[in-house]
Amino acid sequence: MVQPLDYLEESPSQTAGPYVHIGCTPNFVGIEGIYDQDLGLAPFPDDAPGERITVTGTVYDGTGTALRDVLIETWQAGADGTFGPGAQGWCRMPSDLETGEFVLNTVKPGATGKQAPHISLWIVARGINIGLQTRMYFEGDDHSADPLLNRLEHQNRRGTLIARDTGNGTYRFDIRLQGEGETVFLDL
Amino acid sequence: MSLLPRNRNAHPPAYAPGYKSSVPRSPSKALISGVATASEQTGPMFGHEVLGERDNNLILNFTGQPAIGERIIVHGRVLDEYRRPVPGALLEIWQANAGGRYRHKKDSYLAPLDPNFGGCGRTITGEDGSYEFLTIRPGAYPWPNGPNDWRPMHIHFSVFGHSFGQRLITQMYFEGDPLIARCPIVNTIPDKSVVDRLVAPLDMTRALPLDCLAYKFDIVLRGQRQTMFENKPEGM
Ligand SMILES: [Fe+3]
Repeated sequence: MVQPLDYLEESPSQTAGPYVHIGCTPNFVGIEGIYDQDLGLAPFPDDAPGERITVTGTVYDGTGTALRDVLIETWQAGADGTFGPGAQGWCRMPSDLETGEFVLNTVKPGATGKQAPHISLWIVARGINIGLQTRMYFEGDDHSADPLLNRLEHQNRRGTLIARDTGNGTYRFDIRLQGEGETVFLDL
Repeated sequence: MSLLPRNRNAHPPAYAPGYKSSVPRSPSKALISGVATASEQTGPMFGHEVLGERDNNLILNFTGQPAIGERIIVHGRVLDEYRRPVPGALLEIWQANAGGRYRHKKDSYLAPLDPNFGGCGRTITGEDGSYEFLTIRPGAYPWPNGPNDWRPMHIHFSVFGHSFGQRLITQMYFEGDPLIARCPIVNTIPDKSVVDRLVAPLDMTRALPLDCLAYKFDIVLRGQRQTMFENKPEGM
């Protein structure tokens, strides 16, 4: 016998279910008066330094249907490549309940070490058993030294992590959970 | 400092056909694994100033008048895999009312809404990782999956630790509920001993006489490794 390794193990995940908005964005679904406002409405104050950008996208399931009950959280560095302070750099976006589209108004992040500018995403919804991690990089940036993009075995999937530049500080980033063009999801 | 890798075998797989909604919403390709970078090691931190006085009291926080149902305290600690308390963790919970109905336009279950129950609450853990909610015991409810599937009584938990890579959503179940073993969502977790970690025991040491029962629910987040021998993670 040996001494026991008495570490704990992470609590198992369970789906966020169809009513995640009640807990995370109650004002958004009409439960008003409990919290002054929902958390994560904007990642940065209006006067934060850096280039303002708008990213629009939709999450699609394996049948090509837009998820209208999805909740996305983003976490990113500021324009100088550093994180924080506090909750700065974090945003919580419920998709539009009718169309499924999400809109992120933020500051374009700076590079962090060798990592090219990117925004981390965490996606939960009914039918998603454990929150999905992915990243959004930006078309037009230099990605040649980025360790994560370079380790992708299937380089033809790299484009699923790169937001398309649609001009004037706007980008398009769609997420496909399954099937053709499936987004690269991460385990970091 | 770096995050311990996730043991994916102790989580539900993305594709769990007994839970039909997972079928079209599960990635079919392998996840890309790697070492956590600054983007996963850091995360948003929330100060107590975001909290209102009644945020962790679901019995009173909607209208100020008490919600109907069996009064319970839900308490516990947030720890990491090294058994270290996680102070300053934001916990957000949501649940059905005592009849099993959510305050949501998509929930049309015939149990009535309780005019005094909103269904959400939040708190931040103390220095020892502890937290506490006062709420009512949620009812079980039927849901469209199999022909006669019911959710056991449960409370949804969203947890922020200190890093975005620790982000977790899970559900708390109640000791002794016979619906736990029958639930297709519970059963997305392959290992029954892992399911047990989501079942809160009755805790009479915290029950208040002539007032409420108590349940204890501890939550474990991914560990943060700290060693002087560690190389810098890639990209930092
Ligand atoms: Fe539920």
